[in-house]
Amino acid sequence: MRSDLNAIYVIVAREFIKFVRERGRLISTLARPLLWLFLVGGGMSRMVSPDMGMPYMQFIFPGIIGMTILFSSIFSSISIIWDKEFGFMKEMLAAPVSRFSIVVGKALSGTVVSTLQALIILLLFPVIGLKLGIIQILLILGISIILSFCLSSLGILIATFYESFESFSVIMNFIVMPMFFLSGAMYPVKLLPHLLSFFTKINPLTYGIDALKYMVFPEKKMLTHDFPLSLDISAIVLSSVVFVIIAATVFERRK
Amino acid sequence: MSIIAVENLTKKFGNITAVNGISFEVEKGTIFGFLGPNGAGKTTTINILCTLLSPTSGKASIDGYDCMKESSEVRKEIGIVFQDNTLDKELTAYENLLFHSYLYNVPKNERKGRIDDALNFVGLYERKDEPVKRFSGGMKRRLEVARSIIHQPKVLFLDEPTLGLDPQSRTNLWEFISELPKKHDVTIFMTTHYMEEAEICNKIAIIDKGKLIAQGSPDDLKKMVGGDVIYLKTKDNSIAIDEIRKNLNLDAEEKNGEIFISVSKGDACIPKLINTLADMVLSVRLQRPTLNDVFLKLTGKAIRPEAVSGGDELKESIRSYRRKFDRG
Repeated sequence: MRSDLNAIYVIVAREFIKFVRERGRLISTLARPLLWLFLVGGGMSRMVSPDMGMPYMQFIFPGIIGMTILFSSIFSSISIIWDKEFGFMKEMLAAPVSRFSIVVGKALSGTVVSTLQALIILLLFPVIGLKLGIIQILLILGISIILSFCLSSLGILIATFYESFESFSVIMNFIVMPMFFLSGAMYPVKLLPHLLSFFTKINPLTYGIDALKYMVFPEKKMLTHDFPLSLDISAIVLSSVVFVIIAATVFERRK
Repeated sequence: MSIIAVENLTKKFGNITAVNGISFEVEKGTIFGFLGPNGAGKTTTINILCTLLSPTSGKASIDGYDCMKESSEVRKEIGIVFQDNTLDKELTAYENLLFHSYLYNVPKNERKGRIDDALNFVGLYERKDEPVKRFSGGMKRRLEVARSIIHQPKVLFLDEPTLGLDPQSRTNLWEFISELPKKHDVTIFMTTHYMEEAEICNKIAIIDKGKLIAQGSPDDLKKMVGGDVIYLKTKDNSIAIDEIRKNLNLDAEEKNGEIFISVSKGDACIPKLINTLADMVLSVRLQRPTLNDVFLKLTGKAIRPEAVSGGDELKESIRSYRRKFDRG
């Protein structure tokens, strides 16, 4: 038990040190949500009439936080493929620690890194004219933490099936981008045709962004959230557990 | 007392039998060499012993713990230097060792001391705060050796530790490795396909195509290919040959102006030759059989990196790509 906690701690510490050292990585992962928020959001605000109750840029704000978490969690987790390809994974696999703690350690690494980035984006709220209280900010951070853990675990699960980094664009184009578009980040899920709305319902990001909308817009109920908050949170937590267990099982399997 | 025991170990990957019913034992405190060409099954055997692979059949145990059923006990007892570099190049040398000491649950108050000792042992203490990406290939290897002894393993596995190193780094690394059993009370299990490197081993097993074809001390194995050859230059070769045949009852022949004599113990024979021939001798040269001759005799082919299969070529190209990547 003690050795497993040590392992989890040191795996998270390694990721954190690398995150702090590689400033380029921080800048490039923050650039994406900023571009979407100000260029896409700013442009669309002029086209989408404000009769939905708020400027479009404000409407997509929870979605942009969700996007920040999605990309940074998945990227952080698929560093496992990098570790596999460059051998470091062997150092971990040969150590006397359980596979479960390696998976949890990696998922928590993603959580720390993603939550920090989500916080940076979140603090831009005055720039787009939103008013958030301290309680709201803390609640948004809370949702960000569980959502980051969930998506990082999903990233690990994806990474366990790939051996080389050539699969990177496959993951990007067929998993990450569709997850983002089918999450209610850019438009309410209700507006989607039937078939597509099925995909939004099996997408954990949908529930995360829905929960973030609860926290960002506590009063405006009309166009914002789609599900009860309790469903959002249980969906995130349950899917995290499932992802971690499957990933640890796949890891444990010896050839 | 044997610390590694392998019995009838077999590993199949689909139709391919990588390891075919091998059995051997390794004595505590010795250096055991596992020799063979690329693709012979050396790394597969190491991966089974290190609990990273399950065998198809047979038994393997380390210090009495079963490699399949008691894998977490086995992992605590062993240190590994893999064939491919497994350091985190973004972290410093010290951080890499610190990471390791957490993973292996080294007690908190001993971490720093053990890391410093290990770094001193391989001569990298001065550069402990530099990121590993700035290290040369030889330094990385030494750092990996340092890392592998931090948790005081009883058995140390070295899989082709000198692969891709220049001759100087190789010699340097072997010095550290040969000191390990005495200084750190550890048993070494190493693989190599450089025959001359295996000379430092107490015992050697030769594997080819998944099967063990010979085991023994380097001297035992060399005896299998016959004895030494002594080359002599004398003032008058024909008189000398007559003298040798008459007085020592040895078969001597002349070739390219030199007399060559096949004997079982060359070092013991030289004084006798010199006594017999007195001041006729101009020069003496002793040639002993190498492990490469042993391998050649046993398999009919020399052990060379050229004997690679398709998979290994791919691996090699990945490795060279990585080396390029590491530099850039």
